[in-house]
Amino acid sequence: MSGTAAREARVLGIIETQRGKRPKFRDERITMAHGAGGKATGALIEGLLLPAFGSPALDVLGDAGVLDVGGATLALTTDSFVVTPIRFPGGSIGDLAVNGTVNDLAMSGARPVALTLSLILEEGLEAPALRAEVEAIAHAADTAGVAIVAGDTKVVERGHADMMYICTTGLGHVDPRAALSPGALAPGDRLLVSGPVGAHGTAIMLARGEFELDATIVSDTRSLWPAADALLEHAGPGLRCLRDATRGGVASVLNELARSSGVAMLVQEAAVPVDPAVAGAAELLGIDPLHVANEGVLVAAVAPEWAGAALAALQDVQEGSFARAADIGEVRTSPTGMVLVETGFGGRRVLDQLVGDPLPRIC
Amino acid sequence: MKYVDEFRDAALGRVLAGEIIAAVEPGRHVKIMEVCGGHTHSIYKYGVDDLLPENVELVHGPGCPVCVIPMGRVDDGIAIARHEGVILTCFGDMMRVPGSTGTLLEAKAAGADVRMVYSPLDALRIAKANPDREVVFFAIGFETTAPSTALTLKRARAEDVANFSCFCNHVTIVPPLRALLDSPDLRLDGFIGPGHVCTVVGARPLEFICADYAKPVVVSGFEPVDILQSVQMILHQLREGRSEVENQYKRVVPYEGNGRALEIMAEVFALRPHFEWRGLGFISHSGLKLSDAYADLDAERRFDVPGVRVADPKACQCGEVLKGVIKPYECKVFGSACTPERPIGTCMVSSEGACAAYYNYGRFARERVVV
Ligand code: SF4
Repeated sequence: MSGTAAREARVLGIIETQRGKRPKFRDERITMAHGAGGKATGALIEGLLLPAFGSPALDVLGDAGVLDVGGATLALTTDSFVVTPIRFPGGSIGDLAVNGTVNDLAMSGARPVALTLSLILEEGLEAPALRAEVEAIAHAADTAGVAIVAGDTKVVERGHADMMYICTTGLGHVDPRAALSPGALAPGDRLLVSGPVGAHGTAIMLARGEFELDATIVSDTRSLWPAADALLEHAGPGLRCLRDATRGGVASVLNELARSSGVAMLVQEAAVPVDPAVAGAAELLGIDPLHVANEGVLVAAVAPEWAGAALAALQDVQEGSFARAADIGEVRTSPTGMVLVETGFGGRRVLDQLVGDPLPRIC
Repeated sequence: MKYVDEFRDAALGRVLAGEIIAAVEPGRHVKIMEVCGGHTHSIYKYGVDDLLPENVELVHGPGCPVCVIPMGRVDDGIAIARHEGVILTCFGDMMRVPGSTGTLLEAKAAGADVRMVYSPLDALRIAKANPDREVVFFAIGFETTAPSTALTLKRARAEDVANFSCFCNHVTIVPPLRALLDSPDLRLDGFIGPGHVCTVVGARPLEFICADYAKPVVVSGFEPVDILQSVQMILHQLREGRSEVENQYKRVVPYEGNGRALEIMAEVFALRPHFEWRGLGFISHSGLKLSDAYADLDAERRFDVPGVRVADPKACQCGEVLKGVIKPYECKVFGSACTPERPIGTCMVSSEGACAAYYNYGRFARERVVV
C-alpha cells in the first residue's frame, strides 16, 4: 500500500469506529433535525434518553417493548403523530396514528390487540375536520382488527398546537412463531423490503405545496401486520428481524441494524423498488428515495435458506399491496456497521443515515 | 426516465472505462478537477471513481455554492434573521452551514423565523403572504442560480412588494478558477467544466484556461456516462498535446450561453470589488451585489449587518481541499473533529461538499473489498 492509500485506509478506519460508537447528545437546543429520524434523532435517543431510563426492554431499541406478564408475552408501544397538512393524498393523520402504532407492534412479531387514543386539539379546530379524522381512526382500527379501549382528550389554546396531535399506545400479543431480535443478523442473510420506497415522505412534501411539481404521489400508509403474519408463517425460524422504515427511511433502518448486529450490508440499488413518480421527484430534488420516510414499508432480514419462501409469501399477501416486495441485498461481514450500495452503474458508495431531514440540493 | 437511462447505462460505462484505460499514457498520473459540486455529487452517487484506473484521479473543485460561503457571511445572515419582524428564507442546505456562533438552524431553534425555500420565488410568495413582516432571501450560488434570483427581484419590483429584499451572496465561477490556476501548489492536468453554470454563461468564458494556462477543459453533463466521456475527451487532448474548450454537454449548453439570462443578471447585479471565499480568501470581482437600480431591495442596506470578517478555524483545511491540494481525508480533522453531524468546515455540510461526499459516500472499492 502506498503512503496515501495507507492514510486513506486509516481515516476510513476512524470513520468506521466513529460510526460504531453510541452517539452523544451535545447540541445546545432541540432543532428540527432531532425529530427527523436520522443521526440527530439517534443522538437524542441513545445519548440522552436511554442512559436516563435504561431498562432492558428499552435498550434493545426495538419498535416496541416486549414484556413477560404473568406468562404471556406482550408487546407495548407508543407514538405521537404531528403532520402538516393533516390530510394528504392516500391518507391523513388519523390513519397514520393507528397504522403507525399497529406497525410498531407488528415489527415485534406481535398481533395487535388494543389501542389507546389521546387527542390534543387546537382551539378553533373545525368540527368537519375533526369528524373526518375520527372516522379515519375508526376505519383504520377496524381494518387492522384492533379495538380502541381507552382515550383522553385535551384542548389547547389557539397557536399552541397545529390543528391536532394524536398519541396512540398499542398492546399486542407476541406471536409464538416469532423469534426476532435486532442484533441477530448474520452474514449471508437476505434483506427484503415489502414494497416501493419513499412514497409517504414525497407525498407529504408535495402536499405541503413547497415546490411546484405536477405529480400525484400517494402515501403508502397501511397496516403491516398482514405482511408480518405472512413472514412469520413462511419464514418463521429464518426470520431474524423486522423493522418498519418510517422517518429516516430504509437507509436509517439498515444502518441501525448493521450497527446493532455488528455486520455490513450490500444493497443492490437496481433491486430497490421505487415508483417512477417518486423516483422522478427525488431526482429533481437531489434526494435519495432510500432516505425518504415510509408509513407502510417493512424491512426484513431473513436467513438465506428461507429468503425465497419469505419473498413469495410477502408478494402473495392479499390485504395491502405487497406485490412489489423485493430482495434488495445481503448481509456481509465488513466493514462492520456500514451499509454499502452497489449502484446500477457498477460503482459502490456508502449509504449513510442523514443527520436530519433530506434537504434538497440547490444546483 | 427515458431520456436519462442511456446516460446511466452500466454497459456503456464499462466500455468508456476501457477506453479511458487505453487513452491514458502509461506511467503518467493524471489529475482532473471537476469544478462543480453537482459533478462531485454524481461521481459519488454512481461510484464513477470505481471505474477509473488508479492513475486517473478526480479532484473536487470550488464549485459547491454552500461550501464557499465564509463564516462572516453566515453570521451576517443570522444577524438579519434576528431582526424584529424578519422572516429569513434560504435553501435547505444553507441552514446547516456553521457561522462563528452557530447555524441558521440553531438560530431558528432559538426563536428566529428562518424558513426553507426551494426557489427565490417561494420567498417572494412568503413576502406577499406576510405584508406586515420583512422577508429576506439569503441568495447563494453561482451563475446557475443567480438568474432566478434576478428574475425574482425584477418581479418584486414590478409587483411593488415593499417588504421583500435580498441578502446577495452570489458568486461567479471564473475568478476563483483563475485564482486556483495562479496558485503555485496546484498540480492539475485538466478540468471538467461546470455544466449548469455554462448553460447560463456558455463555454466561451472558460477559454482562458486553455489560452493562458494550456490546460484542457471539457464542459460536462451530470450523468455518469457524461462524466466518463468528459474524462476520456480530456485524456485525448492530453495525449494529442491539445488544450481546448470542448463541449460534451451540447444537448444543454450553448457555447455562447443564454443571452436573456445574462442580460437580466447584468441589470440586477453588479460586481463587488472583493468577496471572501471560505478557504480561498478574498478574490477580486468574484462576488455579486445588487446593482444601483435595485439597491432599495438590498438587505445589506435595509438592515444592520455586522459585516465582520471571521477567520476560518485553525484546524480547517477547506481551502486546500477546494484547491485540490489535499484529498478530504488528508485534512487533520476529517472524520474525527469534523463530521457531517458536527461540521467544522463547509465542505462537510452540503452533500455536494467534497468532505461530506467523501464521508457519506466513501470509497471502499479499491483497497477495501467487502467480504
Ligand atoms: S474535514 Fe472539515 S475542516 Fe477539514 S477540509 Fe473538510 S470540511 Fe474543512
